[in-house]
Amino acid sequence: MKTEFIIDAAKVILQTIIANENTLESLDRAIGDGDHYINMKRGAHIIVEISADLALLKPEEALHKIGLKLLSTIGGASGPLFASFFMSMAKVLASQAHENEILEENGNESYLKIAAAFAGGVQAIIQRGKADIGEKTMLDVLIPVSNQFVLLATQNCGFKAICATLIQTAELGMLSTKDLIATKGRAAGLGERAIGHIDPGAKSCQLMIEAVCNLALERAD
Amino acid sequence: MKKFINKTDDVLVESLSGFAAAHSDLVSLHLDPNFITRKNKAVNKVAIVSGGGSGHEPLHAGYIGYGMLDAACPGHVFTSPTPDQMLMAAEAVHADKGILFIVKNYAGDVMNFEMAAEMLPFESATIYTSDDCAVINSTYTNGRRGVAGTVIVEKCVGSLAETGANLQDCKILGDKVNSHTASIGVALTSCTVPAAGRPTFDLSENEIEMGVGIHGEPGRRRETMRDADAIISDCVDAILSDFKVRDFNVANQEALLLINGFGATPLMELYLIYNTAAKLFKQHTIQISRSLVGNYTTALDMAGASVTLCLLDDEIKSHWDSPVHTATLRLGM
Repeated sequence: MKTEFIIDAAKVILQTIIANENTLESLDRAIGDGDHYINMKRGAHIIVEISADLALLKPEEALHKIGLKLLSTIGGASGPLFASFFMSMAKVLASQAHENEILEENGNESYLKIAAAFAGGVQAIIQRGKADIGEKTMLDVLIPVSNQFVLLATQNCGFKAICATLIQTAELGMLSTKDLIATKGRAAGLGERAIGHIDPGAKSCQLMIEAVCNLALERAD
Repeated sequence: MKKFINKTDDVLVESLSGFAAAHSDLVSLHLDPNFITRKNKAVNKVAIVSGGGSGHEPLHAGYIGYGMLDAACPGHVFTSPTPDQMLMAAEAVHADKGILFIVKNYAGDVMNFEMAAEMLPFESATIYTSDDCAVINSTYTNGRRGVAGTVIVEKCVGSLAETGANLQDCKILGDKVNSHTASIGVALTSCTVPAAGRPTFDLSENEIEMGVGIHGEPGRRRETMRDADAIISDCVDAILSDFKVRDFNVANQEALLLINGFGATPLMELYLIYNTAAKLFKQHTIQISRSLVGNYTTALDMAGASVTLCLLDDEIKSHWDSPVHTATLRLGM
């Protein structure tokens, strides 16, 4: 993964968030407190704003800086969660010793590196948020995507197939939150009233994964 | 949306600047990262730092001053502040006896204050306030939410800290006051986050949201509008059954009754609510010996109110009665 790709990913994420303002706002009004879109936009915006600084850094340094910047910019629950994700991702990328061994065996180097870093990031969200799959949060998208990513990368799956599958997995995960009762996050007070509504955090994660996968697919062509 | 706003992005800083200017004898404002401290730094005491999303004014900055908070960190509207704010505030007010964070139990606030505490170079402890008894089924929650009862915790712990008490004792008192307190809120209307520009939820003319949180997040259930007595009676019952479930015996208990407005309910109605609530608690042999009625923990422009009962013992009562001098509460000095 190159720093240039990270910066371009931040740009498409910002575009995607802005393009989905109405969707995110109406989901958050239904079962949240109305600040999700604003926070996501603020976070994506600040990363695009510092992209010139990021361009000078190695990928792992850039991801760490993104984490710190999000931590001091977003606030709410999303701030520490996304910050933990990127800082952890950076940590895994920086210490690839163990992964490199697996990589040599499999030969599918860069995808597996990225998959391992992504999985490390998701693990950090699980720990910081003390949440798991099935609690009607962003993790209902991130955990299946992370598992699928690692699996496909270890299986030497082709790059395009990986992206296509991850887009699909994210979509299914996002849709799965519709029928769940929330046990974590702002919707947790609603009990059964949250049933029938997609979790806004899961939706924005699905949108971001889709956007970044599509960007990667474009680049591959 | 019809609000006194210049640019939505500027609402917070312009409001903080106005607060600091209006109370320049009491507080100092620091921007980027945003935090507010006492004008005169206290010495050799536990420094109490609170914070949370904006839109709940006067919580928390209105409680900075002698006998309450040393600093407050305001986040964006309804959004937790970030760890850099807490770190800078803690550094500014640290007075050699550690930092005590008072945090309303909401996932975002908890995580941001947790990360700040992990990064803090000083000894620290954290009190999580969780007085909201609205959410019934605790298995479906992050735990109870911290709402208007937070003011009582901040007042009592602030009082103890002024005596030079150590961090551990301040934390113990805060946890005790929190456990002695139960609140429940009712919304008559939704509220509008300036940056969103439209109401957070829809509530029709004849509906109320029972057990609403202070961000307009839905609560127990939606009901049809009724007489004040009927609504308040349900609030009082919710509080009493909460104390019962938690094994508190409230019979003949002395208590503080706080009727808190959410921002758009006039004092006239808040006193009407007090009248009903006090009578009902009295029927349950609770002696209301202290009271507070007004807008102390708001939810922007939401119409509605919350009822908070704090069971008093000699220790809590003495700390409630002790002198305090803040922008919002001023007693005995």
